[in-house]
Amino acid sequence: MPLLDDLIGTCEMAAPARPWPRLAVDRSQWQRSAGDLAAGRATLVALWGEPQLVHMAISDSAHRMAVLSLTCHDGRFPSVGRLYPAAIRPERAIQDLVGLVAEGCPDPRPWLDHGRWSVGHPLSGRSEPAQRLEPYTFLPVEGANLHQIPVGPVHAGIIEPGHFRFTACGETVARLEERLGYVHKGIERLMMGRSPWDAARFAGRASGDSTVAYAWAFARAVEAAMGYQVKDHTSALRAVMAELERLANHLGDIGAICNDASFALMQAHTAVLRERVLRASQEAFGHRLMMDLIVPGGLARGMASSGPSAVRAALDCIESSFPALVELYDNTTSLQDRTAETGFVSIELARLFAPGGVVGRASGRHVDARRQPGYPPYDTLDFDVPVRVDGDVNSRVWIRILEVTQSIRLIRQLLDRLPGRSGDTEIAPLAPSGPGEGAAMVEGFRGDVFVWLRLDGDGRVARCHLRDPSWFQWPVLEAAIEGNIVADFPLCNKSFNCSYSGHDL
Amino acid sequence: MRKTLLQSLIRGPLTEPAPGDDGRALAEIAESMKRSARQRLGRSLAIREIDAGSCNGCELEIHALGNAFYDLERFGLRFVASPRHADVLLVTGPVTHNMREALERTYRAAPNPKWVVAVGDCGCTGGAFKGSYACVGPVSSVLPVDVTVPGCPPTPLQILSTLLALIEGASAVRAVAK
Ligand code: SF4
Repeated sequence: MPLLDDLIGTCEMAAPARPWPRLAVDRSQWQRSAGDLAAGRATLVALWGEPQLVHMAISDSAHRMAVLSLTCHDGRFPSVGRLYPAAIRPERAIQDLVGLVAEGCPDPRPWLDHGRWSVGHPLSGRSEPAQRLEPYTFLPVEGANLHQIPVGPVHAGIIEPGHFRFTACGETVARLEERLGYVHKGIERLMMGRSPWDAARFAGRASGDSTVAYAWAFARAVEAAMGYQVKDHTSALRAVMAELERLANHLGDIGAICNDASFALMQAHTAVLRERVLRASQEAFGHRLMMDLIVPGGLARGMASSGPSAVRAALDCIESSFPALVELYDNTTSLQDRTAETGFVSIELARLFAPGGVVGRASGRHVDARRQPGYPPYDTLDFDVPVRVDGDVNSRVWIRILEVTQSIRLIRQLLDRLPGRSGDTEIAPLAPSGPGEGAAMVEGFRGDVFVWLRLDGDGRVARCHLRDPSWFQWPVLEAAIEGNIVADFPLCNKSFNCSYSGHDL
Repeated sequence: MRKTLLQSLIRGPLTEPAPGDDGRALAEIAESMKRSARQRLGRSLAIREIDAGSCNGCELEIHALGNAFYDLERFGLRFVASPRHADVLLVTGPVTHNMREALERTYRAAPNPKWVVAVGDCGCTGGAFKGSYACVGPVSSVLPVDVTVPGCPPTPLQILSTLLALIEGASAVRAVAK
């Protein structure tokens, strides 16, 4: 029997929540669920805390989702990370933000809190003085002829900040340890007490490259909490934006990965295609990254009447030049020499950490939030979800290449079915209502973005948790680089392209 | 590959004409020059980008400056990997507390004379994140900022015209001084 059927049968509902149930579990059920994660019977979707409460969103083998909630009377909860390593960083974040202790967590070091915030445990509901923290200690690495290379937080390129501590033996990386949290902005606290429409601006700024995916996931979570469903036309326009965002990012990433393998020609070409997508987005929706356009209840603005033709022109342009670039990628042996068999992520490792998105699909995981759990309008659209099993940089490039083709296909289907009057748009017709709880999952270009929130009696955000796909991808990167040469790190890192801001919040 | 290269040769360039003067940026630069009496700024600028807590939206648009449409390098502007090679620091984000020290150290590592450009609403005012327990606020609360580029994110054209104003402003002042 799938795991959740069992739990749903025996647990009380913690609160009415949509679309997935939230169950009140006891300590032993909580621990048993951690064991089920470790045994691969369920997948961890998110793990977060509130004062006196920890929540764990999981999905089981039948793709059913639920949120399990454990009340922590004494400010402690049994560590999930003790059995299931992917939960360790979320637990460290819970300890920093909420102040709950994960009993038996194998790594009790702080994670997001670097001892520099103006308050301590900012989501604990109490006002606490800033934490005084010991200097951060990196994990010990022992052995002969090892040396360390500290990199960051400020990196050489135009990328986000984070620290990488390499331990190398000659050229070969023996261990990489990541340290993140540098761009923690306190987003979840900033969202509290705001109307869903104000809070949406923060969701859209969790990770700028995924602003559409975040805004959509947030809007869907609010709509779920309010029991509201948007019109088909609105979903279709949201999906056009989401696929444009995926296209722009994948095009940029394909070029940037090749550039990190010193093949600048590819980036020169894909950057042009990316720019064309951004300009079409500007023309159609009035913003190059399409920020703040998806709002709870609808859209802030419809598509301009010139939008469909601008978007189609960009797609035509990609379709006419992309195949030659793919051929170039595939036939340049010096480039393949760098990408093939580099940064390998085994199927077992991918199963253990359950990364979504390109990273998961390049290592045999059949995951895509557009399919499972699925949301409109994708249930009515025709598209393939490419999956490969080779798990190297090359494989991650190929997943992106194939997804470019699928996104073009999706946008064409959507544009064909949009009625002529594209100005006819739902503009946030929702009025703030009473309390409610909702959750949603949306597939961004990087993977599944999960949002959970609770609205209070005035319809304001009491608590909102945003879980970036990077949470389960960053730890896998540490493993992927092991045994590779230091010089291949930028290449591996780019092939993952995890978000720092989305992770740090 | 040869085919791709050849086609690029025969097709006309995609690069667009330079944007016009940004009056607002020029005024800010003139003001800052008066304050600091800095004049040495060549026609070629080395830029070091620092993300001090951005959502990464600003970085995407800064990146775009390198594509064939904007082609930043034709103006003698280029991004460098080390602050020690930089004339200009391009700073984004609401300066998180966790990035403050790294930002200050990077600033100190850049040789004088140097210029600081705050990019994006976050860098200019703290933006949406103003008042957070985790953010210091605008870049100017940590470093002396010479010129700002508002926008969320600003478009590549807006960033470009500000950088051009920096060159123009500097050479205009130099011409007067001669
Ligand atoms: S200004 Fe806007 S795009 Fe730039 S970092 Fe801030 S929120 Fe992101």
